[in-house]
Amino acid sequence: MIHLEQVKKAFNQGRTNEFWAVRGITLELEANRATVLKGPSGSGKTTLLSMIGCLSRPTSGRITLEGRLLSNLPERFMTDVRRSTFGFIFQQFNLIKGLTVLENVMLPAYPLGPDHRALKQAALGLLKQFGLADRADYKAEWLSGGEAQRTAICRAMINQPRILIADEPTANLDTRLVREFMAMVRDLVDMGKTVLLTSHDPMVFDSPQVAAVLEMRDGLLAEA
Amino acid sequence: MKGEAQWVQDMLRAFSMRKADLFLGSMALGIALLVLSFVDEALRGRAAVPGIERRAELVAALDLTDLALFTEARYTRHLTQADGHTGFQDHPLGLEHFPSGSLYAPPGILSETDELRPQTEIPD
Amino acid sequence: MSFVRKQKYLIDYTLSSLGRRPGKNLGLLLVYTLIVFMLASVMLFTHSLRTEAGLVLQESPEVILQRMVAGRHDLIPADYLDRIGRVRGVSEKYGRLWGYFYDPAVRANYTLMVPRDREIVPGGVVIGAGIARTRGLDEGDFLTFRSSAGEPVSFRVVGLLDHESELVSADLMLVNEATFREFFGIAEDYYTDIVLRVRNPREVRKVAEKLAVKLPDTRPILRDEILRTYDAIFGWRQGIVFVLLGGAILAFVIFAWDKASGLSAEERREIGILKAIGWETADVIRMKFWEGAIVSLAAFFLGYLLAYGHVFYLSAALFEPVLKGWAVLYPEFQPVPFVDGLQVATLFFFTVFPYTVATIVPIWQASITDPDTVMR
Repeated sequence: MIHLEQVKKAFNQGRTNEFWAVRGITLELEANRATVLKGPSGSGKTTLLSMIGCLSRPTSGRITLEGRLLSNLPERFMTDVRRSTFGFIFQQFNLIKGLTVLENVMLPAYPLGPDHRALKQAALGLLKQFGLADRADYKAEWLSGGEAQRTAICRAMINQPRILIADEPTANLDTRLVREFMAMVRDLVDMGKTVLLTSHDPMVFDSPQVAAVLEMRDGLLAEA
Repeated sequence: MKGEAQWVQDMLRAFSMRKADLFLGSMALGIALLVLSFVDEALRGRAAVPGIERRAELVAALDLTDLALFTEARYTRHLTQADGHTGFQDHPLGLEHFPSGSLYAPPGILSETDELRPQTEIPD
Repeated sequence: MSFVRKQKYLIDYTLSSLGRRPGKNLGLLLVYTLIVFMLASVMLFTHSLRTEAGLVLQESPEVILQRMVAGRHDLIPADYLDRIGRVRGVSEKYGRLWGYFYDPAVRANYTLMVPRDREIVPGGVVIGAGIARTRGLDEGDFLTFRSSAGEPVSFRVVGLLDHESELVSADLMLVNEATFREFFGIAEDYYTDIVLRVRNPREVRKVAEKLAVKLPDTRPILRDEILRTYDAIFGWRQGIVFVLLGGAILAFVIFAWDKASGLSAEERREIGILKAIGWETADVIRMKFWEGAIVSLAAFFLGYLLAYGHVFYLSAALFEPVLKGWAVLYPEFQPVPFVDGLQVATLFFFTVFPYTVATIVPIWQASITDPDTVMR
């Protein structure tokens, strides 16, 4: 589904502190599965994730989605694609403080200007699905870790993306919540979504929900 | 504590109004009141005409030359009749005694050289 | 339609965002409103007064001749009326008798006049509504003053001038000629000044020129100058108004500067999140525009409407202490609603535009940050 061809990413290119985070990765991400990118901190997995999700552009190489080129799109198209294809769950959840759970979930859809009632219904539906129906009016800063994460998942889903990307989603959760999270991953795959995670938590990459594990080290894929 | 004033949330929910609708509604109200103020101005302006005419009549009947706004001193009371040696000293540091002095400028007659007084080289 | 929907969503977000710090933002709105209120009140009040003065003083004498002795305004001899002789254009000429009197009992200045439009009995006085109010007088009451000869003179109030005309008559005392001359000790053959009525406005200057030649120790005061004086009243260059304006401009600049001088780290992060979840740069800019517009629009409407009510329904009560200054007598009057649409539009422009623009300025820089910064 997503194909990466010799993708490289450098920071501060041309200057004395030039640093290549990703040094040439070629891989194929299959649809409707959960894939994990594992590797130590500094291996470039977060950088790779952000390029796949159209949050940044590779320095060289190509990324295609079902044959369509993603990597060299102008900003507006990138945002469009990002909005409709990818849903992001960040390591720190990154909910907007001061807004309610419901508002946070509806936020990604604002620029599209959909019908308000329909949007609200969709958001409430998602909240219900993830057990947050009674937290709809809570301010984001008053949620527990698990609730915040589920809110982040709902937010990632509001525009009905096909691919969900999560960066170290379980880093701040305890065992029970990690297990709950992986169960949610299974549900998402069952719904037809493709899930891509980074993690260095064995509970995640050893989990039966995960179909493929890719190991990264020093900006390259570790296996031969 | 839920942060934002609970009463605001309750009110919004009671009227099932979005915040945006509340704001736009207020703006619409503001515009309506603004228009109303112009209407009020037109109506009351018209209603005030007789009063203005009566004042003008009194001015004509009594040969008045000034509004009775500043009654502290002679030269503040009759701005237009004031002569040069009281207030409005030509010197820029000629300070005012009265607060009203900061509200009006010297009368026109004192601030311009006047071709009607061919004798005087120096203004009054 | 979807454009309107989108703006509504952005407004939703902005209001929630402002609601995060309700105290600070309400305080900002309050101060902003107060400034607009002050500016609008001054604007409305001065325009109303200027317009009214222009209308009411239309009937002032066309030419007033004052005699100057040693640079001071002195009494004018009655035979100057003869010396004027016939001047083309002058339809009427007569002497005016008026003067000031300081009443130590209430520390107020009164203007005593001899009216030409009515007969007053000797010893009788018609007083302005302001005097009646300050001294608690009514018809039939007595006023006693010390004359120029040092003797107490009693006046009996035989009439009151209309309250409605207070703006021009609050401090007037009308007495008949004999009473006036006796009280002030002014001889029969002198007047305070001479009035000339000229029908044709274009001849006024000519008349004044001729008088200047005929009577070199006099100076003419033209109605034109009277009107010009009151047209310049409360002008922006005058002391208090200038300070007010300057202060208001300074406040606006401070607000705008605070907004334009850049975003906090938190705001930057927030923009990063918005972009990461799918907002375009243009959406962020539009949202920030609403942030500025909401506050300034609210401040404008509240401030202006409150000012309108203050000036035209409460008679600009807050300005009374300033206008009254040290005077004891102050006319009670209702400013007539005269509104200059152009002034309102200018106020609107300066209230809303700079502040709104100021909120957008820092966004240009922040919005080009890559959204992937939130990944770290």
